[in-house]
Order: sequence, then C-alpha cells, then structure tokens
Amino acid sequence: MAPFPLTLSTLLGHWGQYAVYALIGFAFGFVLESAGFGNSMKLAGQFYFKEMTVLKVMFGAIVTAMVLIFAASGLGLLDYNLIYVNTTYLWPDIVGGLIMGVGFIVGGFCPGTSLVAMATRKIDGLFFVLGGLFGIFLFGETVDLFAGFWNSSYLGRLTLQDWLGLPVGIVVLAIVLMALFMFWGGEHLERIFGGKDLKREPKVRYAGAGALALAAVIVVLIGQPTTSDKWQALEPDKAPLLAERAVQIHPGELLDALHSDALKVILLDIRNEADYNIFHIAGARRVTLAELSDLIPSLLLEPANTIFVTVSNDETAATEAWKLLTAESVPNAYILERGINGWLDTFASADPALRKSTPVAGDDRLRYESAMALGARSPAATPEVDEFQVEYTPKIQLEFKKGPSGGGCG
Amino acid sequence: MAVETGKHSSPQGAKAGGGFFTSRPTKPYIHPYLGGALLGLVLFLSFFLTGNGLGASGGLNNIIGFFQDLIAPDHMDQVPYLVKIAGGDKNPLDAWSVFGVLGTILGGFVSGWLNGRLKVETIRGPRITPRTRWFMAFAGGAIMGYGARFARGCTSGHALSGGATLSAGAWAFMFAVFGGGYALAYFLRKFWN
Repeated sequence: MAPFPLTLSTLLGHWGQYAVYALIGFAFGFVLESAGFGNSMKLAGQFYFKEMTVLKVMFGAIVTAMVLIFAASGLGLLDYNLIYVNTTYLWPDIVGGLIMGVGFIVGGFCPGTSLVAMATRKIDGLFFVLGGLFGIFLFGETVDLFAGFWNSSYLGRLTLQDWLGLPVGIVVLAIVLMALFMFWGGEHLERIFGGKDLKREPKVRYAGAGALALAAVIVVLIGQPTTSDKWQALEPDKAPLLAERAVQIHPGELLDALHSDALKVILLDIRNEADYNIFHIAGARRVTLAELSDLIPSLLLEPANTIFVTVSNDETAATEAWKLLTAESVPNAYILERGINGWLDTFASADPALRKSTPVAGDDRLRYESAMALGARSPAATPEVDEFQVEYTPKIQLEFKKGPSGGGCG
Repeated sequence: MAVETGKHSSPQGAKAGGGFFTSRPTKPYIHPYLGGALLGLVLFLSFFLTGNGLGASGGLNNIIGFFQDLIAPDHMDQVPYLVKIAGGDKNPLDAWSVFGVLGTILGGFVSGWLNGRLKVETIRGPRITPRTRWFMAFAGGAIMGYGARFARGCTSGHALSGGATLSAGAWAFMFAVFGGGYALAYFLRKFWN
C-alpha cells in the first residue's frame, strides 16, 4: 500500500499535526518572499509583460510539483486517491477567477503574497490583507443571496485526464511542454516590453528545462498503477480481512446502520437488472463493476462518516466490488454477509409475496422469487427494526484514513 | 527594483547598523525559475506528507470567523455558510489552514529579515502617491478576498495546488484569473507604470 500521504492526526495527535502544516507554511512563505512575491511591482509587472516572474514561478511550481506527484504515484509511493484534488464548480470557478484577476491588478497581490508583503513590513501589503479580510467577511455575509449559482455546475473531483480521457502521463507531458513554451514566450516578452537582455540569463536554465521534460517522459513511461496493481500491493494486508470475515456485515448490522443518524450508508448493488427489479434493499444503487470504477472519484468525496456496503445475491460479486473499492482507497467498505439471500433469509417473513425458489440456484444467484417485480416496494426492503430482534457481532469500525481535506482555501 | 541576476548582494536601501529589522544588507531575489522549482518542491512535500496543498485564504477565512464568532455567535449559527466555520462549539482556529497561514507569515518575515528586505515602505508605481496605493491595495484586497471565496480558493490554494493535481476546475480558474487581470490591466496602467 502506498505509504504516503501520512495520517498525521494518528501519528502526531490532533494538535501535533498542525506543526507540520505550520512548517510547510513557513517554507511556503520563505520561498514566496525569496522569489520576490512580497513586492507588488514585481507581481503587477506580469500584466504589462515587463516581468514574467509570476508566470515563471507559478508555472514552474505547478509543473515541478505535478511531475513529482505523478512520479511518486507511479512508483507506488503516493496514493493519488488520498490527496485533495480541488473539486470543480465550473462557473463559480470561472467567475471567481475573473473577480480575482481584477483584484490582482487593482491591489497588486494575491492573498498568499500579501501575507508575505505584510510580514516584510510593506504598508501596501498590510492594506491588502485588511482589504482581503474585509472581502472574505463580505462574502460570508452575502453568499446566501446567490447560493444557487455558487453551488451550480458541480462536477466533483474532475481531473484533466478524466475530462480529456487521456492517460495521466500524456497530460503531464503536455502541460510541461506548454509551460516550457510559455517560459520561452515570456522571456521574449520581457525582452520586448521590459528591455531585458536574455544573454545575461543563466544558461543552466536550458538544462533545467531538459531535466523537466525528461522527468515528464519518465512519468509517461512508468505509468500509473492500475486497480489490479493496487490490489496486488494491498493483498497481503487486506485478504486476511476477507478470510477472517472481518468485513462481511450481518444483515442486522446493516439494518441498524441504515437507521443510524451517525452513519451515512451507501449501498452498492452489483447484481443484474432483473434481480435488482425483483428485489433490492431500499436506497440501494445498482452498478456494474465497470461503472463502479468510474464512480470512485465521487465516492472519495463522501463525508468521513460514510460506509460503503457492496451487495450481490451471495458474496462473490460483492467481494470483487469490495476489492475494487479497497484497492482504490475508498475507506470503510463492507460486504453484506451472504448478500441479498442472507438479507431475505432474515427479513423475508415481512413480505408474503417473496418465497424461496426451487430448485436451489447456484452461487451468487437469487434464491427467492416473486410473482412480480417488487424492487424496493417490498416490506422486506425496509424492515422495521423493532419487528426483528437480530443478534449479530458488530464489525463496522469507522476509520479515518484521509488527512483533513478541503484545499488551503476550502 | 532589485533584479534577480548576479550572486552578490547589492546593499541598496539598507543602512549598516540600522537596528534589528534593517541591519542586514539587501540581497537580490532568487531567480524566478529557481523560485518556481523550490515552490514546487514545497507544494509536492505538502501533498506527499499531508495529502493537502498550500493555501492562504482558507486560513484567513477561519481567522475572520473566529472574530465574528466572538462578536456575534448567534449570527454564526444562523447563516448556513458561516455555520460550517464556527457553528455551535466549533473553534474556527482549530484548522490546519490557520496554522499554514501563521507559518507563511513567519516564513516570509524570516526570509525578509535574512535578505535585508524588512524596510517599512509602500511599493508603488512612480506616478501615484502612497495614499492612492493604500486605497487601491485595500480595494484590490477586498475584491480578491471576495473572489477567492467565490471560487473556493485563492491563487495558491486553487490555482497552484489544484493545478499540480490536475483539477479541471483549477485550470479553468487559473486562466480566468489571468484573463481578468489582463482585461483590466490597460485601464490601470498609470497606477503601475
């Protein structure tokens, strides 16, 4: 299993983890100041093509971090599914970006750089920070007026590689080449508008550009781990859970979980449509294994108190689905013990329309039948907790794998 | 303005023996490509160790929420957007982004101190007064703060962190920021040139 990112709250305690964030923040502030981002003239120069420092530092940082992230992910060191990828609200993103662009050219900073300007005793930085705090305050007080728009065009954890349908390595390489082209163009703009002598620029930057492009090619070549690669890496840890039946929850426990206010239960029904139409547990969502793969990004965004329960007629398909979820780092995944057949063995007495089919069907086939498709209308789809006093061994344990999510600005 | 060429310090604007803040000679900024690579390394380490990127406006948001909660706790409990920050017993300062912001301020200060860039001054275009610059900085800050919350992230938290992790929305946002800036730059040229 990819060892990173770390679970800081477990390693260092609730307040201890914040020391890491403070140190990272320190390095962030130190580098911003060192690169001249505490100086508003240097920042604003970007918009008059005199100084392309903003472009160079920002895109330099993005491509450096991107190449390292996907190289680490490709080598199985870093779990991309466990790092925070900013969710997309397309139109609010664009409108907010335009507003920020206006603020940038009017005020000469962005929020991070203004903190650094203030810290180095620049009075304009201090005024910008105060203005920024006022703007944030104002947003909190007015967002309810346009909450509909603000929450619109939500696309979840949409990544460029998913949107383009390309392998991530190709996207990484394309962005690196785009950045190098922009650096080249930026330098010529500096020469034309800023009167800069490019001959005095360090030659070593060509070596840096070459190294970056080479690193991107390596990212393409090593690729990213597939679901089955991830499962193979996890198998020694996770297969015993299946064998010890630590993740197969009793129908009674599932029923209690469905009625628990503390848990959000997502039921993933992996059966064919015909069986699903005959009977399914209320709220269950029918997905094929292939569809489940596409669903992973949205499942990763579910709240931390969510449990995912895979359901098939017995356990065969549900176990495959559980392996997929586990390999893709979806936390708190469980399997319904003995599937729908086990559920109906427990609760079918609520519905006289359901009866055991003869002859006995094979593995992972529905062993109940009904004269008509009941779906979730059957009383057995929503059994009363009081009616069935079911004994079981509790197995659900909420585990918090992820660090606190929500980007730096979230 | 210091240009990022040459390795030796140019002691412009610094007086020897000018007290703690200004005693060190002013050094030039590092080369932008080196700055970009170092910033990228910090960003990568942030994701690698914590799973989160860098940011500024989220921490500021929580700091504002803390003071609002001191003054008007009922108000914080009633507005849906604010409940998430400081509803009920929630302490808005109990958030990693707050510690990131404090670290950023300290890091900027230490870099400024080591490199002799702590002079109290108003950096501005040659054609405007400090007072005009202050007003513009406050107004720009307010617009920026509003936009940052609107887009659910600022330049560092959204464009930088989301850009490196290939978030589609972050890339749309980034181009919108540059678009907004370039669209207005011509009309504001006398403030900066």
